[in-house]
Amino acid sequence: MTDTPLLQVSGLTRYFDVSKPWLNRVLEREEKQFLTAAADVDFEIKRGETFALVGESGSGKSTIAKMIVGLVDPSRGRILFDGQEMRFEQGAAMRQLRRRFQMIFQDPFASLNPRWRVGSIIAEPIRTFGIASGADINREVGRLLEVVGLSAADAEKFPHEFSGGQRQRIAIARALSSKPEFIVCDEPTSALDVSVQAQILNLMRDLQDEFGLTYLLISHDLSVVRHMANRIGVLYLGRLVEEADAKRLFTEPQHPYTRMLLDAVPDLALSGRRRKPVTGEIPNPITPPSGCTFHPRCPLVVDICKQQVPAVRTTPTGRAACHLLEESALSSS
Amino acid sequence: MSAPIEKPSEKTPLLSVRDLIVEFPTRRGTLRALDRVSFDIAEGEVLGMVGESGAGKSLTGAAIIGLLEPPGRIAGGEIWLRGQRIDNLPREKMRRIRGRRIGMVFQDPLTSLNPLYTVAQQLIETIRTHMDVSDAEARKRAVALLDRVGIPAAARRIDDYPHHFSGGMRQRVVIALALCAEPELVLADEPTTALDVSVQAQIIDVLKEICAERGASVMLITHDMGVIAETADRVAVLYAGRVAEIGPVRDVIQAAEHPYTAGLMGSIPTLTQTAARLTQIPGSMPRLNAIPRGCAFNPRCPKVFDRCRTDRPELIDRDNGRHVSCWLYDSATQKVAHD
Repeated sequence: MTDTPLLQVSGLTRYFDVSKPWLNRVLEREEKQFLTAAADVDFEIKRGETFALVGESGSGKSTIAKMIVGLVDPSRGRILFDGQEMRFEQGAAMRQLRRRFQMIFQDPFASLNPRWRVGSIIAEPIRTFGIASGADINREVGRLLEVVGLSAADAEKFPHEFSGGQRQRIAIARALSSKPEFIVCDEPTSALDVSVQAQILNLMRDLQDEFGLTYLLISHDLSVVRHMANRIGVLYLGRLVEEADAKRLFTEPQHPYTRMLLDAVPDLALSGRRRKPVTGEIPNPITPPSGCTFHPRCPLVVDICKQQVPAVRTTPTGRAACHLLEESALSSS
Repeated sequence: MSAPIEKPSEKTPLLSVRDLIVEFPTRRGTLRALDRVSFDIAEGEVLGMVGESGAGKSLTGAAIIGLLEPPGRIAGGEIWLRGQRIDNLPREKMRRIRGRRIGMVFQDPLTSLNPLYTVAQQLIETIRTHMDVSDAEARKRAVALLDRVGIPAAARRIDDYPHHFSGGMRQRVVIALALCAEPELVLADEPTTALDVSVQAQIIDVLKEICAERGASVMLITHDMGVIAETADRVAVLYAGRVAEIGPVRDVIQAAEHPYTAGLMGSIPTLTQTAARLTQIPGSMPRLNAIPRGCAFNPRCPKVFDRCRTDRPELIDRDNGRHVSCWLYDSATQKVAHD
């Protein structure tokens, strides 16, 4: 294995135009409005590891996932997959690269075509990428269904005949059908019950060991992320505020937002602890606060936070974007 | 076999649900969604009700407040609110109990508030419906309550419409609305599920504090064991419309007795454990038309034995404040194990 990371993302930025229609803008004398879903996001994912992005709603995690698989075009920034730049407008050249990564979506009720049989759903990528042909396709579909814990006979059924957890298994089988190296998992278990979630998370780990997969896991659930990831990136209003080794993020959070999130999560093992009251809510992303976007909620805020966007700095556990880290005023206790 | 929680106690519980059965008649036969559910809520207690989707948590709440969606109906059992039977009350009488004696907080704050009325109008209407006070007095109470649930500048913001508030603030308004007639019981059905984690903790704290202050009991319905762990005094675990286990929250989480509860707890990833694999319960909860004979959990149970496949276990009093519906804890089973 080479040392180049499988995926490199640099300066990834995406704006959405959320302006009112032209006539309204003229009459009401308003400017165009933009929502910044992701701003200058940088990270790397090594082969065979699970990198997780966590954040609350509106933090831009799904937008980043969609940019990586090409469902949304970046406004700025670069995505390198195995050293090659991904440019989705170059159809033919991208096709080869495209086979090597796949995506699993949140809602298995919406991501499977209800009018297709499960066999056709899983066979589509096999046909599209010409991985097998003729009778081999059916054999491959049967094998994939068994890999994800269903039976080959299920290929004849329709998605509505399955429960949520089984549908997510079908979605995973479809993702595996093009023999990818990299899978983007966008909230793969948040629509599922906990006991089913455990089955799917265990399956994802088994598949990672068996096929040497690399995952980008998007989730709002810190305990899921803790269980699955090697490294974790924490997003707040479209910016990566901290990135650290999974274990150390939980024991030595560097950014005040990460600390706040850890304090806020209700957890089985930590019941009875006295939570620090967390104040405020995520601000409107159309008019984010100046400087560090977390400053109105930050318990450690100082003047500079209101004026300058903090740069990303190296920390003992990874990287974080906070002015206080520079002055090392924030002790890790 | 002892009937659950019917020891002659010195105090009658605030809410007592006995052998509640809820059925849905369909063209293909009657589906039994709740099957002999029994539990009590004591004065000032927070009872958590957990279970996976379809286990019957929300249905239990709906049956208590008399808001079952037709064709669903109560087909058996009794519900008592402080010594008064409420499951067979006429509509009009039930309407007076809802809001007055039982307050409600639902999952989505946007749908539980009327978008066309200001928060003041909705609060004052509710207060005046249930209590004999003047408009000015009702408004004063409403402002005080909004202030108490943590809405900044309550006196000014009370005249705003629901859409002026953020999700967390809206849920605070809903909590104020649920508490404005000083109910004895607050039924909170997934009150934080629609909110972000950082806001979720604030809302749970407010709900818990304000109910404790007023001595109101809470029935907290949620699928999130973490929320239960931090909020409830006791917890009832539902499976396929039946109570699997009831007990003090710490005991149930740390030393579950029912195999289903044990599996459920093991399947939840936590922030501190680092097990390579989560405990996995094979299969999924049965559909209502295919609930197995005997114990509903028997096809998935790692400790299943013959009796589980034929006889349904009742809640067995474990004499430590816990009740478990599992044959493993039956005196006959335990005798065999000892021999």
